[in-house]
Order: sequence, then structure tokens, then C-alpha cells
Amino acid sequence: MSLRSPLRRVLGVGPARDGTSHWWAERVSSVALVPLTLWFLFSLLLLPSLDFPVIRTWMAVPMSGFLSVLLVAVLAYHAYLGTTVVVEDYVHEHGAKMVLMVSLRFLFVLCGGASIFAVLRISFGG
Amino acid sequence: MPARPRPLSPHLQIYRWQIGNTLSILHRLTGIVLAFGTLALAFWLVSLAGGEDTYRTAYRVFASPLGIVFLAGWSFAFFYHLLNGVRHLFWDAGWGFERRQRRASGWFAAIGAVALTLALWALLWHGGRL
Repeated sequence: MSLRSPLRRVLGVGPARDGTSHWWAERVSSVALVPLTLWFLFSLLLLPSLDFPVIRTWMAVPMSGFLSVLLVAVLAYHAYLGTTVVVEDYVHEHGAKMVLMVSLRFLFVLCGGASIFAVLRISFGG
Repeated sequence: MPARPRPLSPHLQIYRWQIGNTLSILHRLTGIVLAFGTLALAFWLVSLAGGEDTYRTAYRVFASPLGIVFLAGWSFAFFYHLLNGVRHLFWDAGWGFERRQRRASGWFAAIGAVALTLALWALLWHGGRL
């Protein structure tokens, strides 16, 4: 008697095999987001106002721009990882799942890319 | 397709409603809400890079009554997801699995999130930012 399951029985019901790295990336990005988000929130709160010149002057400081780029990059990545898990959990129809997963990837690359570009424009464009 | 349907794990309605599963569901819910918040942050940054006029337009959107409601929701979602996320990280490291610890950390995350949200908006109101 073979101890191994026939391929046809496990096809489509086994693990996707890349769950661990996805799970790990979610944790690592979450650890990075703790200081980054708190830094961003406190920086904005410590500014005298949220008026255009005040925010722009603050954002143009190299350290503000650098940390903001890190923040929006990790944020978009973490949001992508998290929403992907939600889709994987609740959308079982193959076609719809693929469309949603690819859409999420496009959406958050676009979101992260636009955010990074905006910060860099302020940093270098003056 | 398998010849017969695969066994399913018990569904939500089987379980007694308690703090553990409520907070777990809330963690996922706030995560989804914050994912949308990331888009709003991108909108804000792009408007800031665009110049004074675009920034003022975005500012008006966020400062509108509906905008304030969304910002308040996002701030709560942020504080809750942050505190409960740290709780999850402790679990991942193998700490805090005892029933009393789970309850205590759960209440800490829930009440802490409400307290921090209120503190943030009190600060904004006090500072004349609203």
C-alpha cells in the first residue's frame, strides 16, 4: 500500500506553497510600520498648522522626505499583502480571484508609486 | 474537481460570540479600511506636490463634514490595528496565550484605541485645527 496520496486527490486542495513568505513579509512590514506611522502622525501634530507652506517646508527637509518615502512604500506593500489575504479567504471562484489579485497589485503599486513620486517632487523640485 | 465535496470547517454562526473573535474580525475590518486610507494618503501627497491650489482643494475635501467622518474612522482604525497588531506580534513570538492574558490584551487594544482616538481629536480640536 502506498502512503502517498494519488495526485488527482490532492490537485487543487493542497497548499499554495508560498504562504510562509507571504505571512513573514506581512509581519516584517508591520514591525517597520509601527515607528514609521507614529513618526508621521506625531510630526504632523507637532507642526504649527496644516497649511500649505508649513507642510511643504517640513516635507522638503531631507529626513522628512526620506522617512515619508519609506512609510508610503511599506504602507502600500503591507496593504497589498493584507487585502490579498482577504481575497484569498473569501473569493473562491478562480477567474474572479485572479482578476481581484492582479487588480490589487496594480492598485497598490500605483498608490505607492504615486505617493513616492509626490514626496520626491517636493524633496527635489523645491 | 474532487469526486465529493471537501469537508468544511465550522462556520461563524457555530461559535459563541465573544471578545476574541470580535477583535479578530475587527482587526481584518480595520485593515481593509486602512488600505483605503492608504489611497487617501496618496491623494493628499499628490495634491501637496501639485501646488497650493490642488492642496487647498484636497484640504477642503478632508475638512468637509464627510471628510471629518472618514478621518475619524481612519484614526480609530489606525490605533486599533496598531495596538491589536502588536498584540498579534506578541502571539507570533509565542507570548500571551493564557486566557487571562488574551482577555487583558484584547481589552487593552480595544479601549486603548478608543482612548487614543478621542485624545487625538481632542488635541486637534484644542489646537484649533478643526
